[in-house]
Amino acid sequence: MNFLKTTVKDLHQDLIAKELSVSDLTKETFDNIKATDDRYEAFITLMEEQALGQAQNLDENGIEEDQILAGIPFGIKDNMVTKDVQTTAASRILKDFKPVYSAAVLENLEQAGAIGVGKLNLDEFAMGSTTETSYYKQTKNAWDQTKIPGGSSGGSAVAVAAGQVPFALGSDTGGSIRQPAAFNGIVGLKPTYGRVSRWGLIAFASSLDQIGPLTRTVEDNALVLNAIAGYDARDQTSSKKTVPDFTAGLTGDVKGMKIAIPKEYFGKGVDPKVVEVVKAGIAQLEALGAKVEEVSLPHTKYGVAAYYILGSSEASSNLQRFDGIRYGFRAENVKTLEDLYVQTRTQGFGDEVKRRIMLGTYSLSAGSYDAYFKKAAQVRTLIANEFQNVFAQYDLIIAPTTPNIAYGFGENQDDPQVAYMNDALTIPVNLAGLPGISINAGFVDGLPVGMQLIGNRFEEAKIYQAAYAFEQATRLFEKIPGGEN
Amino acid sequence: MTTNNITQAEVEHVASLAKLALTEQEKTIFTNQLDKIFEVVDTLAEVDTEGVEPTYSMTDGENELREDEAVDAKQRAALLQNAPETQETLIKVPAILTAGEDK
Repeated sequence: MNFLKTTVKDLHQDLIAKELSVSDLTKETFDNIKATDDRYEAFITLMEEQALGQAQNLDENGIEEDQILAGIPFGIKDNMVTKDVQTTAASRILKDFKPVYSAAVLENLEQAGAIGVGKLNLDEFAMGSTTETSYYKQTKNAWDQTKIPGGSSGGSAVAVAAGQVPFALGSDTGGSIRQPAAFNGIVGLKPTYGRVSRWGLIAFASSLDQIGPLTRTVEDNALVLNAIAGYDARDQTSSKKTVPDFTAGLTGDVKGMKIAIPKEYFGKGVDPKVVEVVKAGIAQLEALGAKVEEVSLPHTKYGVAAYYILGSSEASSNLQRFDGIRYGFRAENVKTLEDLYVQTRTQGFGDEVKRRIMLGTYSLSAGSYDAYFKKAAQVRTLIANEFQNVFAQYDLIIAPTTPNIAYGFGENQDDPQVAYMNDALTIPVNLAGLPGISINAGFVDGLPVGMQLIGNRFEEAKIYQAAYAFEQATRLFEKIPGGEN
Repeated sequence: MTTNNITQAEVEHVASLAKLALTEQEKTIFTNQLDKIFEVVDTLAEVDTEGVEPTYSMTDGENELREDEAVDAKQRAALLQNAPETQETLIKVPAILTAGEDK
């Protein structure tokens, strides 16, 4: 069974009415994944044994009406650790690594009764925006298999868009949930920094990383966030703020909501056809009663530069732990410990990861620290302050998620400068720790265009409110990938 | 605007700090690519950051101390299963010092 026309709520109704057993649902989910994944190559590892065991337990114990996620299958980006299940971060260096614990978000979902069915492909260590840097496989866009799926949560976005799972978890450091969600026409939320525990997420850039849900609809997205949000003592950056019911504002009403349109997000480098679709989306919200005004975020153009310094610096530090000693891949035929470190890392990491480790190491080294690392952190302050000025007067910011629609494999690969600019519209949100969502706003040349809604810190509910109103007015989620391209 | 023009020698230096070995061809490619990245990064120099506090994290929390309690996680066997080479309850690694160094 596929989930192209099914929401979490539909499935829940069928499960509590006993029209469908959890075991049958789980089996049919695997049947469909096996039948379709040659085409999409979204999954690195399937978790069939664990999933079927969990399903049987649920069937024996029954599902209550308030257990909305119980029995619902989902996919996991393979940079979240899963107890006893291979976790690779799409890197050779973690080949055959089986963690001894599961990430906090997975504990939460297991408690809610949701069933993890497999680990999804990504760019190696989540570094990239195409999923092409994975050591294991090349995931294809759900709408056109000759196009990149986006990244780094490419497997997560495609598994949802292609109907393999009703929802998936991704992680977003500079756009890695929102950008593949945009390229596959689905809903992807990066929550506020601190909203969701990062415990058990393999760290890329710890001050920017955040886990979030990818779903077909806004309501499903809010339901998943309800389950994974909240304080966790094991992540010192997780917030103690009360977690509201994120579905509460899904009324379809946006009357009086004040929306800011930052002119820098519609300018040079952004495809005019993308601009046109997003502007039409904004006009739709205006027609529903929102008040829309143009604003300026002048430091936007420095976001990419600041991000590459800060993100790579943190990565160079976080990735020091991969040395071939305690777990994962270890190089053979080495004579000394030094040799073991160097050969393991040289053979274990791909080029994009090496590039960022070197950039980060350089930025943090004596003589470069003030000019790069500290300077980037100061620019980060300016970007965060600029957003705060806008949120003093507006409820939301709306812009395109990406400058372009999904492009072909191999394009931009030799020129990291061009590839990095593709993230220019998502990165500032991570730098400022804000929540942001991408929803489908329409199509250009048959491929989806993402509209990004950015909220003030901890105001995911407002984002969902406007996203839901737009989604219900346009019902674009009813348009599904045809499959033949 | 000044560009950094990262040199091949600097690339070799950071690679060695990061415990990475590069082939001659990789040294050229990475130097060219990093040089292009620095063209973007060097635009930061245009921004007036006089007196601006740096931001290293957007967390709303503060550092907190917990009770220092010993916990027996009883996970030694499971953890050792992931190690590429073990001997009894230990992880095995090659010689730390090469012959002649430990005199």
